Amino acid sequence: MRARATPASLPARPVALLVATRKGAFILKADAARRAWKTVGPMFFGHIVHHMALDPRPAPRAPRTLLVAARTGHLGPTVFRSQDFGRTWKEASRPPAFPKAQPGQKGRVVDHVFWLAPGHPDEPGSWYAGTSPQGLFRSDDGGDTWAPVAGFNDHPMYAKWTGDEQDGTPDGPKLHSILVDPRDAGHLYIGMSGGGVFESTDKGASWAPLNKGCAADFLPHPEAEYGHDPHCVRLHPLAPDVLYQQNHCGIYRMARGEGRWVRIGARMPKKVGDIGFPLVLHPRDPETLWVFPMDGTTVWPRTSPGGRPAAYVSRNSGRTWQRQDKGLPPSQGWFTVKRQAMSADGNDPVGVYFGTTNGEVWASRNEGASWACIARHLPHIYAVEAVPAQ
Amino acid sequence: MKVLIPGPLRSYTQGLHEVLASGESLGEVLADLDRRYPGIRFRMIDEQDAVRRHMRVFVNREPVRDLGTALRASDEVLIVQALSGG
Repeated sequence: MRARATPASLPARPVALLVATRKGAFILKADAARRAWKTVGPMFFGHIVHHMALDPRPAPRAPRTLLVAARTGHLGPTVFRSQDFGRTWKEASRPPAFPKAQPGQKGRVVDHVFWLAPGHPDEPGSWYAGTSPQGLFRSDDGGDTWAPVAGFNDHPMYAKWTGDEQDGTPDGPKLHSILVDPRDAGHLYIGMSGGGVFESTDKGASWAPLNKGCAADFLPHPEAEYGHDPHCVRLHPLAPDVLYQQNHCGIYRMARGEGRWVRIGARMPKKVGDIGFPLVLHPRDPETLWVFPMDGTTVWPRTSPGGRPAAYVSRNSGRTWQRQDKGLPPSQGWFTVKRQAMSADGNDPVGVYFGTTNGEVWASRNEGASWACIARHLPHIYAVEAVPAQ
Repeated sequence: MKVLIPGPLRSYTQGLHEVLASGESLGEVLADLDRRYPGIRFRMIDEQDAVRRHMRVFVNREPVRDLGTALRASDEVLIVQALSGG
C-alpha cells in the first residue's frame, strides 16, 4: 500500500548540511530557497570526522544536541557535543571504548567512531554509536557518556559474525546503519561491513543475522547466514516493516514479514549496475529511494560508471529506476560518494544532497531532477546530513 | 612533576606546553593529568592502557611505555607525537 503523505504544501524550512570530512567538519547553511549556500567552518580542523549528526527528536525548551565523531591520525577517537548548533563544543566525558581485557587476554581498541544514530523518541537523550573495529555503543545522556552494548560486542558469535580485519573495508571494518524501529525502542537493526545485517528485538541483549536472499559473491556458500557486506541500510519511519540496503553485491529490499532480501537493483541499467555506497529514502514516501551508483567491475574503481556521475531514483520500491544527471558532469566526472555522504531534507519538493571524496557538495532542490554544485575544494567528504537549520 | 605536552594535545591544556601533575607512577601521573585536563588521557592511552600508536612518552629523556613505571617528583615527563600520514 502506498503510504505517501501528501500535504497540499509544506512550508519551506531552512536547511543546513552537516558535512564531515577527513580534515574537519563544516556546516553549509542555505537561504530559504535553498539556492544560496554559506559554508561555516572548518570545525575540528585537522581531525578526521566520520560523522556529524543532529538529534531530530523534538525537545521543548531544550536545544538539540549535535554530535561529532572525531579522531586525528594519532590521537584517540572521541565524540564532541554541541548544544548551540556548533558554536561551542564539549567533549564526551566517557567516549565509546571497549572494556579493559582480563590479564593475559587481548583487548579490543576502538580505532574510530564511524556512525552516530539517535535513539528512540521515547528515550530522550539516547544515542547509538557504531565503531571500527565493529562495536555497538549506547549513550543515555545525550552523548556525554557511552557504554558498550554487551549483548552484541560480547556475543558468543561476535568473532564469527564480524570476521577479522581481512574481512572489513580498507580502513577498518565498520558497524553502521544503526536503525531503531519507531514503534518499538527495543527493536534494532545494524549493518556491518563486513558481517551483514543483524536484528535485535530486545534492545540489543540478543542478536540474529538477517541476510537471507542477499548475495555475498565473495563467500563460498551461496546462502551464507552472515559475512555479507551491506554498505548502507535504511528503514522508513512511515513503513518500518520494509528495509532497503545498498549492498556490496547490489540493491535490496526486504519486507520484514517475508524475511528475505530481494534484489531490486536488477532493474538498473546493465551498463551502470547496482553497486554503490549510499541509499537515501524520501521523507514522506516509503516507495521512493535514491542511490548513487559506482563502478564495481574489474578492480572496483568505486567511481561513477564511465565517468558520468548520476543519481538514480525509484518511485516504486525499485521496480523501475530513472537516471538523474542534469547539471552533473556529462563526462570525465569520477565521483566517489561514500555511504554516509548522501541525504535528503524534509521540504517539498525534497532537497537531495551528496558529497564527494574530492570535496564537492552537490544539491538538488527538486528531488534529483537537476543538480548544482554548492561547495567545492573541501577535504575528502565522509558524510553529509541534511537537517533543519537551527 | 613537570609534564611537557605536544601541540596536538594543547587544546586540553589551554595552550600550555608545560603543566604539572603528580603521582608515583606514570599511570598515576596520567590519571592526575586527566583530572586536571579532562579527556586528555584517552587521546593518548587506549582502553587497554597501551600508549597509542605514534605517541611516545619519555621520562627524563628515556622512552617509557609501561604505565606502571615508578616516578619521582623530580622527574620530567615528555609526551611526544610522532607525526605521520597525509
